[in-house]
Amino acid sequence: MIPLQYYLIVSAVMFVIGAVGVITRRNALVVFMAIELMLNSVNLTLVGFSAFLGDASGQILVFFVMTVAAAEAAIGLAIIIALFRKKLTVNLDEINILKW
Amino acid sequence: MISASLLSMTIFLPLAAAAVILLFIPKENVLFVKYAGLGGTFITFFFSLFLYFGYDSAAGGFQFHQKIQWIPNLDISYHIGIDGLSLLLILLTTFLTPLALLGTWNSIQVRIKEYTIMVLLLEVGMLGVFASLDLFLFYIFWEAMLIPMYFIIGLWGGPNRIYAAVKFFIYTLSGSLLMLVAILSLGYFASTLPQGHYTSNLLELYRIAPMIPPDWQMWMFLAFGLSFAIKVPLWPFHTWLPDAHVEAPTAGSVLLAGVLLKMGTYGFIRFNIPLFTDAALRAVPYVCTLAVIGILYGALVAMVQTDIKKLVAYSSVSHMGFVVLGIFSMTEEGMQGAVIQMINHGLSTGALFLLVGMIYDRTHTRLISDYGGVAKLMPVFAACFLIVSLSSIGLPGLNGFIGEFMILFGAFQSPFLGTHAYTVFAALGIILSAVYMLWMYQRVMVGPVRQNALYGGHHLNDLSRREICVLVPVLIFIVWIGVYPKTFLRLSAPLAKQTIERVESIKMGEKINFTELRNVR
Amino acid sequence: MISELSIALVLLPLLGFLFLGLFGARLKNEKIIGFLGSAAVGISFILALFIFAQMAAAGPEQRKYTVNLFTWFSAFTGSPGGLSISAAYQIDQLSILLTLIVTGVGFLIHIYSIGYMHGDPGFWRFFAYMNLFIFTMLNLVLADNFVLMFLGWEGVGLCSYLLIGFWYEKKPAGDAAKKAFIVNRIGDIGFLLGMFLIFAAFGSLNFDTVFAGASSVSRNNSTMLWICLLLFLGATGKSAQIPLFVWLPDAMAGPTPVSALIHAATMVTAGVYMIARCSILYAAAPAALTVVAVVGAATAIFAATIGLVQNDIKKILAYSTISQLGYMFLALGVAAFSAGIFHLMTHAFFKALLFLGSGAVIHAMHEEQDIQKMGGLKKYLPVTYRTFLIGAIAISGIPPLAGFFSKDEILWKTATGDQGSWLLWFVGLLGAILTAFYMFRLVTLTFEGEPRFDEHRLHPHEAPKTMTVPLIILAGLSIAGGWIGIPHANALEHWLDPVFAPAQMKLLASESGSTGLEIILMIVSVSAAAAGIYAARRLYLQYPGKERAAAKRFPVLYRILSQKYYIDEIYDAVVVKPIASISEKILWKGIDKGAIDGSVNGAASFISSCAQLLRKVQNGVAQFYAVMFVGGILFILTWLLFR
Repeated sequence: MIPLQYYLIVSAVMFVIGAVGVITRRNALVVFMAIELMLNSVNLTLVGFSAFLGDASGQILVFFVMTVAAAEAAIGLAIIIALFRKKLTVNLDEINILKW
Repeated sequence: MISASLLSMTIFLPLAAAAVILLFIPKENVLFVKYAGLGGTFITFFFSLFLYFGYDSAAGGFQFHQKIQWIPNLDISYHIGIDGLSLLLILLTTFLTPLALLGTWNSIQVRIKEYTIMVLLLEVGMLGVFASLDLFLFYIFWEAMLIPMYFIIGLWGGPNRIYAAVKFFIYTLSGSLLMLVAILSLGYFASTLPQGHYTSNLLELYRIAPMIPPDWQMWMFLAFGLSFAIKVPLWPFHTWLPDAHVEAPTAGSVLLAGVLLKMGTYGFIRFNIPLFTDAALRAVPYVCTLAVIGILYGALVAMVQTDIKKLVAYSSVSHMGFVVLGIFSMTEEGMQGAVIQMINHGLSTGALFLLVGMIYDRTHTRLISDYGGVAKLMPVFAACFLIVSLSSIGLPGLNGFIGEFMILFGAFQSPFLGTHAYTVFAALGIILSAVYMLWMYQRVMVGPVRQNALYGGHHLNDLSRREICVLVPVLIFIVWIGVYPKTFLRLSAPLAKQTIERVESIKMGEKINFTELRNVR
Repeated sequence: MISELSIALVLLPLLGFLFLGLFGARLKNEKIIGFLGSAAVGISFILALFIFAQMAAAGPEQRKYTVNLFTWFSAFTGSPGGLSISAAYQIDQLSILLTLIVTGVGFLIHIYSIGYMHGDPGFWRFFAYMNLFIFTMLNLVLADNFVLMFLGWEGVGLCSYLLIGFWYEKKPAGDAAKKAFIVNRIGDIGFLLGMFLIFAAFGSLNFDTVFAGASSVSRNNSTMLWICLLLFLGATGKSAQIPLFVWLPDAMAGPTPVSALIHAATMVTAGVYMIARCSILYAAAPAALTVVAVVGAATAIFAATIGLVQNDIKKILAYSTISQLGYMFLALGVAAFSAGIFHLMTHAFFKALLFLGSGAVIHAMHEEQDIQKMGGLKKYLPVTYRTFLIGAIAISGIPPLAGFFSKDEILWKTATGDQGSWLLWFVGLLGAILTAFYMFRLVTLTFEGEPRFDEHRLHPHEAPKTMTVPLIILAGLSIAGGWIGIPHANALEHWLDPVFAPAQMKLLASESGSTGLEIILMIVSVSAAAAGIYAARRLYLQYPGKERAAAKRFPVLYRILSQKYYIDEIYDAVVVKPIASISEKILWKGIDKGAIDGSVNGAASFISSCAQLLRKVQNGVAQFYAVMFVGGILFILTWLLFR
């Protein structure tokens, strides 16, 4: 049996990698993948706790997260494509129209 | 029952008219829109006449009650009813609105449909304010009326309209937010009483309010008072008024001066004095000082204006100072004078703005120096202008005198003011009113006809039949009130008597006879 | 019967005004307009005569009627002791006398105006205003309470405003009208505050109640003094006394019949009437009576000195009016109330006559008003000359014309009454000399000597009948009008006695002079007047250049007099200009725009500059927001872990 801490450490590392990716990368697609990474790190935590506590609800929640992530992927990619059509770039530094 | 919902019908009739215009009349059909708007306001006036004839002035008190539970947990209800004061102001509103629409028949050229709808919505707000007997409902109408006014100034106003509209909005809103806090804390106070519960029912609160500790009462008085003082406007909260008046289109100015300003003084009579009597008594010298400063200051500043509309706007500051002085003289004469002066000011200043609008439509200038000798070209206009000016400066036999005389009389005889200085200084305002009105009349109407580029090119035709139809009803009331004011004074008499009795009993430290104050069941 | 008549009497001119005001412009026919306007006043006069006859027939106790129309205004709260004002008329010996003067002289002047205003485009307007004036003046005179009197008081002020500014295209006319109204308003505030004090003292504004209360009030109390002084301030405004007389000379910009009716015969005497009406109040405050007497005497002589050097025919008459009004106030101030009213009446006759005569002259001279450019007019205008001369003799106080009796009565009471003094008498006598002098300067320069205008270009012609007939009637009244007040057979004093008796009782007035002294004083004053007349005729007939020489000799004095002591300029510099510049520079631009609006806009711009700082944070880069997220979370985590 692998102790819970291992799961949590791996999950934390994945999450930090994802967060750093979101903050530092300039390509919208890469940022998007980093967000997926963060989501999956949370999934890993959920699964780990579920096994540790012997409660299935954690596993069920993971399905929810995956569903939402799939939907998000669809919408997110659509937005990125729309942005690309408009601005001909996916470099986030050039996409700063989110201000007043 | 019809009588139960007659008041509601009157209030919401303009809303129905607005809905009809919005949904069924295409905006290209300008004339039809105008007629529908005018018709709606006329029918509203007609309905308010039913209110007038149905109101039993001998009985006094609130009549035409209607109460529908709204938020039962907080004892908030749709509760309306009118007494003599409300009735007078409702009549004033329904009387002035069609005149304002008819008087500016051709002045508005763009977005006429929206404009008509806004005026109708404004009327709903104004009527609702005067009829609400629930503080929450009152607050909603009070704020709701801001929105159409904001658009009327901001969309159809003069060159500097955005500044004026925003200033008007922010000024009024900042006052009324404090009032909201006070309304909430009044309700909260009611819930802290043994077996008490949260309420915003005005009649209930009349009973409860005297139990509020003096300090708390003072804060609430100030919160309500600030909101009303801005609306009146009492010096030094008046600077929104000249800007708003100058930029607003004529109908906006007429309703602003004619009705909106009265909401402030109405609030003082309806809320501040009966709810926070103790605090009001302590505030008398300060409020009256501000009122007298306003009278003199408004008159002096009006004197040196170069823009006719601004002059009339500052004269409003002066006249409304009289009203506040009358209210806070805490005498029956002063209170009655204040009520009649509210009507007077609505009529004469409303008419002045109409007249200024009429000549502005012809010349497109409001600068006094651009005019001269208009009387030669437009004799009927000049005659109407003179009568209205004379009413505004309080010539006996016309309406202004009755109000000013009773106010000054009340202030002079008032046991609460302690000194005659208030009256003496306020009386100086009467001299100054003659100075600024006649001087303006002098420069605009009298003298040789001025030929210049600004209006040399325009045709100064005398008043059209439509314009005369707008002015004649106002002139009739100006003379009527001046000669036989009883028709109007008797309506507000029970309220004045009751309020003063309440004030005096508080001053004596007696218990109040509550059954009298809520002769409604 | 009397009540219906009196209502009709008052309402007829109002109806005339309403009809002419609404439909006059469409009635193109001057004859109809003139007839309607005059008839409204004429019928009123006949009604007044009828009422007067009824009163005379009744006993002295029944000569007082009150007609209550309706409650004008009150608080209507039903509380006891509150304000309640009726529209009610009171007809007594004093008010019927004034009514007769107003409607009688008014009627004559209406007739005269038909000729004088002939051809004026505002003909209908003129008659409408004149009728309105008669209506408001009747309200002033007949009111049974102070507030209704105030309605008349301000109403006549309005009519004066409208009629002075009748030729409104001329700028001076408009300016004079405005000035008249505003100066009058200053006085009116005194009246208004006086009313409030009266109510505070007596609990009513009804004449009967107030006067009944006043007769039992203690003498010399300060409330009564204040009441009287405030009312007198009102009177100085309306009756053009120091310090508020400045409007009357300018008011001559109006048509001449207006000057005759409003600014000589009736409206300006309203202050005299008001004080006479309130005689009992003044009796309770003798100090106020002294003020009235001193102001009256000072005005009499002050205006007379200005009148000496004026050259505008109407201005001379205007200053003469101010001076004569001063006499009336002098009479009131020495508690000779009926003498004051007597002079009011005779003055109404001869001053209306003089003004109408001057109107005929101006008409004949084609709107020329400078008497230095006239002369020798008596051969062109014989009727005008004779009637004008009668008026001049009357005003100078030569027996047996009207002015002699009334002026002599005043001087006699001034010298010997309890309230009077020899100093005031002397001032009055000096005024009488000056009056005689400037009046005959006017007569001589206008009508006698050689013409100083181009006789070939200008052909003066006598006025039409509608103008000369009123002149002749007024001349008759100026001769005979004084005979009702012959000393020791003074019918007028006897008639008015019930009105003034309470005041006289309160003052404990007593006659101190002997008949011998009376005759001596009479001789003194008549010879003084004769001396003035003689001096004027000699100077201006035989030495026409002397005046200019005298002016050269005393340039400062002459300039001060001809510039009216610079009073207008002083008022302008001390009152008008400072108020205007303070209002504009300090109140409007300083406080309103600077301080108040500055702080309002300042608050707004403070908030918006804070917002300007904060919006820097919102740079639109999504990743920056993410950094803020993460930074925030890290901060919270560290805080949770290491607190």
